[in-house]
Amino acid sequence: MLNFFLLIVIYTGIYALMAIGQNVITGYAGMLSLCQAGFFAIGSYATAILSTTYGWSFWATLPVAALLSALFGVLIGLPTLRLKGDYLAIATLGFAEIVRNVLNNWDSLTRGPMGIQKIPMPSIFGFVINPYKKTGFLVMTIIFVLIAYFLFQRLARSRMGRALEAIREDEIAAESMGINTTKYKVWAFAIGASVAGVAGSLQAVFSLSVTPGTYTFMVSIMVLCMVVLGGMGNFKAVILGAFIIQLISYFPQLVGLSSMIPPQFKQILFGLILVVMMIWRPQGLLGREVRDYSRLTGEKGSVFRKKAKQAVSSTQGGER
Amino acid sequence: MGSVSEFFQHLMNGLTLGGIYALIALGYTMVYGILKFINFAHGDILMVGAYIGLFVFDGLRGDAPLGVWTFTAFLIAMLVSMAGCGVLGMVIERVAYKPLRKATRLAPLLSAIGVSFILSNSAAWMFGTQSRKLAYPFHNDSIVVGGVVITPHQILILAVSFIMMIVLKLFIDNTRMGKAMRATSLDQDTARLMGIDVNQVISLTFAIGSALAAVGGMLIALDFKVYPTMGTMTGLKAFVAAVVGGIGNITGAMVGGILLGILETFGVAIFGIPQGLKDTIAFGILIIILLVKPEGLLGKAEKEKV
Amino acid sequence: MILLETKGLTREYGGVVAVSNVDFQVNQGLITGLIGPNGAGKTTLFNNMTGLDMPTKGKVFFNGHDITGKPAHRICRMGIARTFQNIRLFKELTVLENVMIGRHFKTGKSPFHGRFLNALDSYFRMSREDEQMYSSALKWLDFFEMGELCDELAKNLPYGHQRELEIARALATDPQLLFLDEPAAGMNPQETEHLMETIGKIRDLGITVVLIEHDMKLVMNICDSITVLNYGQKIAQGTPREIKHDPAVIEAYLGKEEE
Repeated sequence: MLNFFLLIVIYTGIYALMAIGQNVITGYAGMLSLCQAGFFAIGSYATAILSTTYGWSFWATLPVAALLSALFGVLIGLPTLRLKGDYLAIATLGFAEIVRNVLNNWDSLTRGPMGIQKIPMPSIFGFVINPYKKTGFLVMTIIFVLIAYFLFQRLARSRMGRALEAIREDEIAAESMGINTTKYKVWAFAIGASVAGVAGSLQAVFSLSVTPGTYTFMVSIMVLCMVVLGGMGNFKAVILGAFIIQLISYFPQLVGLSSMIPPQFKQILFGLILVVMMIWRPQGLLGREVRDYSRLTGEKGSVFRKKAKQAVSSTQGGER
Repeated sequence: MGSVSEFFQHLMNGLTLGGIYALIALGYTMVYGILKFINFAHGDILMVGAYIGLFVFDGLRGDAPLGVWTFTAFLIAMLVSMAGCGVLGMVIERVAYKPLRKATRLAPLLSAIGVSFILSNSAAWMFGTQSRKLAYPFHNDSIVVGGVVITPHQILILAVSFIMMIVLKLFIDNTRMGKAMRATSLDQDTARLMGIDVNQVISLTFAIGSALAAVGGMLIALDFKVYPTMGTMTGLKAFVAAVVGGIGNITGAMVGGILLGILETFGVAIFGIPQGLKDTIAFGILIIILLVKPEGLLGKAEKEKV
Repeated sequence: MILLETKGLTREYGGVVAVSNVDFQVNQGLITGLIGPNGAGKTTLFNNMTGLDMPTKGKVFFNGHDITGKPAHRICRMGIARTFQNIRLFKELTVLENVMIGRHFKTGKSPFHGRFLNALDSYFRMSREDEQMYSSALKWLDFFEMGELCDELAKNLPYGHQRELEIARALATDPQLLFLDEPAAGMNPQETEHLMETIGKIRDLGITVVLIEHDMKLVMNICDSITVLNYGQKIAQGTPREIKHDPAVIEAYLGKEEE
C-alpha cells in the first residue's frame, strides 16, 4: 500500500515536469500544444539509447534529452507558430504521432515495437538509485520537480513571463509594443519541450525499459488535464493537478477494485474534466497566479487596495 | 502499357480513399466556416457512425444471403447511422460548445478534446477494444476495366460520396437554409440582425457535418476495420484535407480530400514511402501547405482586423 | 522637418484597393490629423506604417530610413508607438503590467556580451530590472493620474481610463512618433475635452502625434496639419482652416455637416 502510494507520487513528479512545460506553453503563452508525449518520448529514447548502446551515464544523457527535445520543439514550432492556435493543436498532435510512428519503425535505432530494455540504473556518488526500492528514486524525482518549479517560477515572474502573458492576451498589441512575439513563442515552446524531455529521461530510468506504446496521445491528454484542472498560469496548481490526475489514474488499484472498474473509466473521467472545467471553472482549481508588485507599488498600490477594502466593507455595512 | 494501367489503378484507389476523406473534411470545414473552431471530436463521431452502421446492418441482415435485401439493409443502416450521428453532433454542440461561445479561444478547443476522449473511451468500454469488420453488402468480385481492377465496393464508395457532396453543394447554394448558413459564416451578428436564427443554423451545421461523417465512417468500415480509436487518425487526415482545400470552403474540402487520397496512395505506391510511415505523408503535406499557402488552395487569406 | 512619409503607398486586398497611391507626410513636433469617411482607408494606412500590414506598392520612410515591411516590433523599437481603434489592452494583466510591457524592450540589456550571458544576467537581476521598469511605468501612469489604479486589472477599468491606459502603454516605449487610432471614440464631451488637453501635453513633451479621428471639433482644434482620405485616395492636405474651405473635402465629407 505504502509502496503503491510512493509509485503514485513518483509518477506525479514525472508528469508534473511535463505539466510545468505545458503550463509555460499553454498557461502563459496561450498556445495549445498537444505533443508533450512526443517530447517525453524523445527524452526517454535519448536516455535509453545513449545509456545502453553507448554506455553513457544517466546524468550525461539528461542535457542531451533536454536539448534534443528543445530542438524538436523549435523544429515543429517555427513553421506552425505563425499560425492560429487551432492549427498548432493539430500540427503538434500530428508531430507526436509521427514520433511514435518513427519509434515503431526505425528498428536499427529504437528496436521497433519491442523497445529497449535493461537500461542501467542511475547512480550518484556510488549510491545506486534503484527504482524498485522507490524511496531513493522518490527523493530524486522530488528534487527534479523542485528545481524545475523554482527555475520556471522565476522565469514566469521575469520580464519573459510578462511578455508571454502579453502575447497570450493580445498578440498584435504585444508585437506593436516592441515584443518579438515569434521569438518568445519559439522560446516558450523550446523550454516547455525540454522539461518534458527531462521527464522522459526520468521515465526511462524508472521503468528501466522504453517501448513506443508508453508515449501515446493519452499522455498528452493527461498532462493537459493536469494543467486545466490545477489552473493555467500557476505552477503550484499544475503540480497539484498532476497529483490529482495520478490519484484518479491509480485509484482502482489503490482501493483494490481494479477488477471491477473498467480501465476506460478514468479516461472518460479525464475527458469529462476537460469539458466540465471549461464550462464551470475555466481558471482551474487554484486559478492564475497574480504577480505581486506590492514590493514596488507599496504606497500607490496600498491606496488602491485600501479603497478596494473600503468598497467591500461599505457594501457589507450597507447590508447591515 | 503495364505502367499506365498501374497508374490508373493507383489513381482509382486514391480517388476512393479521397472520396471518404472529402466527406469527413466537409464536417470540419462547415463547422470552422461558422464557428471558427476545429471540432476535435469530429473524428470520433465518425467512429460512432461506423459502430451504429455495423450494429444496425448486422441486425437487419441476420443470416440472409447476399442480395437485394442485404444491400437495402446496408442503405437503411446508413440512414440510421446518419440520423444517430446528426443528433449526437447537435447534442455535443449544445452541451460542450455552446456555453463557451463567448469564452477564450482555447476553451472550446479544450472542451472538444475532452469530448473526443469521452467518445472514444466510451466506445472502448461498451464495445471492447477489439476491431470488428463490416461485412460487404454484396458480392465483392472485382471487375477489370482496361487492366484496372475495380471492386464494386469502390464503386459504392465513389457513388455515395459524390452523391452526398453534390446534394450538399446544391443544398448550400440553392436553399433558404443554405443561404442562412452562408450568411452566418460571413458575419454572425449581421445574420442575427437579419432575422436568421443563428443557433438553429449552428445546430444544423453540426447535424449535417456529423451525418456526413457517419457515412464516411461506414464507407471506411467497408475497407478497413471498426475500432474505438479509428476516428483519430482518419479525422486528423480529413482535417489536413480541409486545410489543404482551404478551411471554411466547401468545394475546397472536396478537392482537398480527393487530392490527399491520391497523394497518399501515390506516395506509397509510386514514390516508395514505407507503408509504416504512410500516416506521416498527410502531416508532411499539412506543414508544407501551412508554410507555402496557409489559406489553402481555394481559401481566401483572412487577416485579423486591427 | 519631415519625420515620417509614405511614397505612393498602395494596399490591395484581392482586387479591392483599400489605400491607393497615398503620399502622406508627418512633420516633426506637430499634431497631424488623418480624417475621412468610414472605409476611407485610414486604419489601413496606419497598419501599413506600423508594420501590421504590408503595402502592395510604395514605401514608408521614418527619419529617412526605409521601414517598409519591417515587422511591427522592429518599427516600435525605432520609435513609433500606436493605439488601436478597438482598444487592445492586455485585459487580464494589471494596469501597471500593461505599461511595463511597453518598457519591455528597453530592459533586458546587460553589460555582458553574448546572448547567453545576457539572458543569464537579466534572469538573476530581475528585481533591479523591475524597479527600473516600475519607476518609468509609474511616470506615465501619473501623467494620466492613474497611479493609484496600478494594481487593478486592465479589464476592470472604466472605458475612458482604458483608452488612456492604451496611450500610456504606447508612451512607455519612449516614442518619437505616436499614432492614435480614434482616441476619442465613445467618449463624452468632457472626456474628449480632457483628451484634447492630454494630446497637447504629449506634443509639448516633443512627441509627434498622428491621429485618426471623427470628432471634428477635436481635429480642427488641436491639429496643426490635416490629411483627408476618401476611397483610399488622398484628396486634400493642409491646415485646419484650408481643409475647412477645401471644396473637394466639403463635397466628400464635410458637406453633410455644413448647411
